[in-house]
Amino acid sequence: MIFFLQLMVTGFVVGSVYALVALGFVLIYKSSQVINFAQGELVLVGAFVCLSLTASYKVPFLLAFLLTMVVAVLVGLLIERFFLRPMIGEPVLSIIMLTIGLSSFLRGIVEIIWGTETRVFPPVFPTNPINFGGIVISQVYMWSFILAVLFLGIFTVFFKFTNEGIAMRAAADDEDAALSMGISIKKIYGLAWAIAALVAAVGGVVIGNINGVNISLSMMGLRVFPVVILGGLDSIPGAIIGGLTIGILENLAGGYLDPFFGGGVKEIFPFVILVLVLMIKPYGLFGLERIERV
Amino acid sequence: MSELPAGVFNVSYKQDREIFRTNFLRFWMIIFFVAVLTGPLYLNNYLLSLANLTGIAIIGAMGLNILTGLAGQISLGHGAFIGVGAYASALLTTRLGFSFWVALPLAGFITAFVGMTFGVPSLRIKGLYLAIATLAAQVIIEFTIVHWRSLTNGTSGILVPSPKIGSFEFSSEKSFYYLIFVVLILSVAYARNLLRTRIGRAFIAIRDNDIAAEILGVNLFKYKLLAFFISSFYAGIAGSLWAHYITIITPEHFTIGVSIDYLAMIIIGGLGSVLGTIYGAIFITLLPELLRVLAGSLSGVYPNIGDFLGASRELVFGLIVILFLIYEPDGLYHRWQMIKAYWKLWPFSY
Repeated sequence: MIFFLQLMVTGFVVGSVYALVALGFVLIYKSSQVINFAQGELVLVGAFVCLSLTASYKVPFLLAFLLTMVVAVLVGLLIERFFLRPMIGEPVLSIIMLTIGLSSFLRGIVEIIWGTETRVFPPVFPTNPINFGGIVISQVYMWSFILAVLFLGIFTVFFKFTNEGIAMRAAADDEDAALSMGISIKKIYGLAWAIAALVAAVGGVVIGNINGVNISLSMMGLRVFPVVILGGLDSIPGAIIGGLTIGILENLAGGYLDPFFGGGVKEIFPFVILVLVLMIKPYGLFGLERIERV
Repeated sequence: MSELPAGVFNVSYKQDREIFRTNFLRFWMIIFFVAVLTGPLYLNNYLLSLANLTGIAIIGAMGLNILTGLAGQISLGHGAFIGVGAYASALLTTRLGFSFWVALPLAGFITAFVGMTFGVPSLRIKGLYLAIATLAAQVIIEFTIVHWRSLTNGTSGILVPSPKIGSFEFSSEKSFYYLIFVVLILSVAYARNLLRTRIGRAFIAIRDNDIAAEILGVNLFKYKLLAFFISSFYAGIAGSLWAHYITIITPEHFTIGVSIDYLAMIIIGGLGSVLGTIYGAIFITLLPELLRVLAGSLSGVYPNIGDFLGASRELVFGLIVILFLIYEPDGLYHRWQMIKAYWKLWPFSY
């Protein structure tokens, strides 16, 4: 029972990070129909920027965290302006390939600046674990979870109540109508990339605090696909629920099935779910089903 | 030998159907073939090995271009399919004792069936959903190769024997060059001819608009699966050749990165074009070598540039893909056509 709960808790924390990263992914897809294969690299960039600020330049963590968010927003805006804007109206394959090229490009930059070895954050959170009636949780996990939930909350409020958030939802719903109501679509695309980079960076900092940072953190970008397919590619609540579900399921599967397969079930299980979802309900739990006409 | 004509002046269907349309083209194709056939006489082993790798890449990329460029089904799992071919061929020769000449086509067929299985979702989903489904295929196949240790020997890999005829062993670069060349000619000729058949035209119809194609009587179920079948068959052949050429295969040779390389080849070369596939495959295969030469010549100025080689490969690769997509989305083949068209009418090109 304790084992089960422990897996659940870990899954919840990992899942909340997935939800964050997937949120950025969904935002970009929803507003511009661009499927972003470079989401994992945005995670990587965020994690490394924060890491080198705290570890190499001895900036206090909170300030470093804020600075990372600023850098991430800038990176997102630059990517949108220089790489994505010329691609408006191009076929799906070109856009997929562009973001794949982008991911390779960003990984190259990260590798040149920070190298390939694993680096760890200086301890930010107290190391003594907290005991919740038998379940032991380290404080990093708890704070990560709180941070992830905080940002998910902030963005939910942002989309519901601020002008920019409502404009983004309008643009996602019907681009032409939004345009005719005086919403600048270019600004919306830029904003979507900025937010995507920001949440990815937060996810990167959180995961980096738990596991350390190295170049393979960009695999997170692939892990996001099962999440968004399960939740629906264009649904923000879907990203959150999908993230938590995938996080919990992969940890349970890893915990219980690893002995039978000799390890690694955790990496593969989300993709098995992905295939099942695609076969049964391709538009996911909350995705909008598009009816096609000739 | 006539000059290159300034336009298309066909007067019969026979002329229209010809692959090499003018004597000029036929003449240069003969020159080209002679040059390729005599290649080993004046190329050293290093250049020959590059030629062999390029040849295998062309075969693999041709398969992907049939699936993605012709039939419009995006695949992110091509690297894994090549892996299936390589492992199938390796296991057939080492475990079951088949000769390479039987294992090569068998590996093609096994891969074709695996590919077709993963192509089944393409009937319900398309575009980016299909891309994600094939991504899942890539991850699942990779996992299977790494974890099915009793069959694939996991990450330590399998030693594969070189092909043999009688007592002659295809183990040198030179002998393998000719082997790859023969297979390459066959696969390019098949791909070139496929474009002109009912199957090829059905693929193009599906790519352009699958619902419209279905209304016109193209059986989507049949042709989409057929596209996956043919494409994976090519992948299997490429994988088998690769396995017997390199003689040791491990899962790292068939990662998602390989799938992306193949996609980059057909995009940089030109989607749906046979010649474009060849240009793209040459370009992407030689890119790391080019960078190495460049880094070597710069190492006098920047001594530790070698450390950046791996990273710079990724960076340059990504940048090239991005720049091609933004400035030359139709690929090298299209650019080559433009250059030819310019010179055809030069200096009166208006």
